Amino acid sequence: MERRTIFPGRLLPVLLAAPQIALTAVFFLWPAGQAMWFSAARQDAFGLRTEFVGFENFSDLLADPLYRDSAGRTAVFCVLVAALSMGVALLLAVFADREIRGRAAYRTLLIWPYAIAPAVAAVLWILVLHPQVGLLGRWLNRHGIAWDYRLRDAQAMSVVVLASAWKQVSYDFIFFLAGLQAIPRTVTEAARMDGARGWRRFRTITLPLLAPTVLFLLVVNLVYAAFDTFGTVQALTGGGPGKATETLVVKVYRDGVVNLDLGSSSAQSVLLMGAVIALTALQFRVLGRRSAD
Amino acid sequence: MKRRTLIAGAAALGLHSRARAQAGRARVVFWHAMNGALNDEVNRICAAFNAAQADAEVVPVFKGTYPETLTAAIAAWRAGQAPHLVQMYEVGTGSMLAAGPAVKQTWQLIQESGIAIDPAAYIGAVRGYYSLPDGRLASMPFNSSTSVMWLNADALERAGLDPAKPPATWPEVIAAAQAVRAKSAAPTAATTSWFPWIQLEQFAAMHDLPFATKANGFEGLDTALLVNAPPFVKQLDRILAMAKEGTFRYAGRDIAPDPLFYSGEAAISFNSSGSRADIVKNAKFRWLEAPLPYDPELTAAPINSIIGGASLWTMTAPGRTPAEYKGVAQFLAFIAQPARDAEWHQNTGYVPVTLAGYEESKRQGYYDKNPGADVPIKQLTRGTVTPNSRGFRLGRMPELRNIVYEEVERALQGQQGAQAALDSVVSRGNRVLREFERANRA
Repeated sequence: MERRTIFPGRLLPVLLAAPQIALTAVFFLWPAGQAMWFSAARQDAFGLRTEFVGFENFSDLLADPLYRDSAGRTAVFCVLVAALSMGVALLLAVFADREIRGRAAYRTLLIWPYAIAPAVAAVLWILVLHPQVGLLGRWLNRHGIAWDYRLRDAQAMSVVVLASAWKQVSYDFIFFLAGLQAIPRTVTEAARMDGARGWRRFRTITLPLLAPTVLFLLVVNLVYAAFDTFGTVQALTGGGPGKATETLVVKVYRDGVVNLDLGSSSAQSVLLMGAVIALTALQFRVLGRRSAD
Repeated sequence: MKRRTLIAGAAALGLHSRARAQAGRARVVFWHAMNGALNDEVNRICAAFNAAQADAEVVPVFKGTYPETLTAAIAAWRAGQAPHLVQMYEVGTGSMLAAGPAVKQTWQLIQESGIAIDPAAYIGAVRGYYSLPDGRLASMPFNSSTSVMWLNADALERAGLDPAKPPATWPEVIAAAQAVRAKSAAPTAATTSWFPWIQLEQFAAMHDLPFATKANGFEGLDTALLVNAPPFVKQLDRILAMAKEGTFRYAGRDIAPDPLFYSGEAAISFNSSGSRADIVKNAKFRWLEAPLPYDPELTAAPINSIIGGASLWTMTAPGRTPAEYKGVAQFLAFIAQPARDAEWHQNTGYVPVTLAGYEESKRQGYYDKNPGADVPIKQLTRGTVTPNSRGFRLGRMPELRNIVYEEVERALQGQQGAQAALDSVVSRGNRVLREFERANRA
């Protein structure tokens, strides 16, 4: 049963909701509307000459092999980031869920990376991985491994995946830990009594009971990797070498802010907005069904 | 306590604005992209100007990197809040020229304010870049650099070479790099910063080769790139071959490779002349500055290189008064004085933009005390400026440079050859140029 407060009249509820509606309108609806308008126009940087071109920006984009490459690259990037961050987080959570000494300190330390700004995180990783400056980078080169993520596509991709996943591990860890702690001890104890050992117990008892958390985190991680990693990627590689780490958000920035091609950049933003809406709708559906069960 | 602080603060604010109103000085907001020591230098110049006269007050504001400053200025103009003066990097010149009513070009400012600034006072290669085809100044030259070759004299000596005779041509550079590698005189033989600018744009200018049709875009928006012509392919091939044999190391875009030379790891580095201050500060070895090498099969006498750096654009906004524009013009005339120009040049490592500033530095004996500091100026003033060496007037040039980076990086990884890389640059670049043309004609 939902709780409801009934207000007399209409004025008060409207007044109470007004600030939130105003904020949404100013910070979301208005810019989103502008992006939609720009996406249907061709305009010079200063906005002196505007020409309505309909869906031309979109058709140009979809016909552009570079855009399709970027979309494919983003998909690979998202899957890698989600898999790595969730995998590591789950492992850490399983261990943190045990009775170990200094558990509180251990947990707190694991949450730290989440509080670090993306650009700062990127600088930290540069200090580790840079081929001339970084500790690990220099070590690799000294031991005969040609490590230079600024010139090698695969190395660059692994660097941005690593840095992005690292930042998300904390978030995933908190949810996994909460999920693990929500699993009734009686169930795991019963399994233990029946002779199920560690891995089997994890696979047949813990993991199925953790499934809602996994599903939720999967969506969150995909959204994070697709939209929230701009700062990390921009500061680490700027999308290079070549276009090896240019994900869709990096491309939006590059085309809009650096290249000042507002039409194409807005069209890309609108497509991304569609993707976020779809992912969010999916998430609500999945979670809604779960809670209805 | 809190309230008292607030009241005091409000009173101070009120006093402050009243003081300003009383003084009746025109306020000139100046957005720039100079960080670190350069930022201090800009602040110093503005303070000197403010102290020297009572009509105008220049307020310098650091706005981030060059591209960030460009974006911020455009957004501000669209909102009717543009600064009076903005520092714009040279490759943004094409975009600013297409800005129509958003800017007041320097010749117009001179005409309206009646304050004299003589275009002929500027070094040709500097003036050409920021002028209209008929010679009127569009923007005000400010911080200009060019690119040069930096050499680690200790490493050259270890390689059995004579630092007094730096390599002048590409074959000599290759031979020197091979000697460095053979004798393990330095971990990296050669590297370059700013690949598109130094290895292709400067290469085109010095060898009098067209980089794009329509006089590199000066004569029209319908320009197309010509950078896949044989001399450029040969140039890129040469660098790819050096990378392959281990005598050249690509260390990233823009300024990312700088530390390789500063730390003594690279024996030869191609970089902006503006990196002199950093080299003076960081290098723990003997170094020297030499002109960029040329290809002797293309020319025996290379002409002027082009500039990098930035110029100052006057921007418009609703309600801006003639007094404010006059303040801008006064400030521009102030920094154009030979003594100011020479000071800026010597304190920052940028080249003097005026001939008088150069003469002034000579008179002060700056080049006797700092041998090699006049290499960039000599390189910039060498020969006669041609349509190929005047500079570039290509729209969305930052994007063009990114395309060059991307294709060259793919070539360096062995994914494509020099011809294929430059063909891609031309076809992708021309698409960008057509987009710019359409957006600015519509």
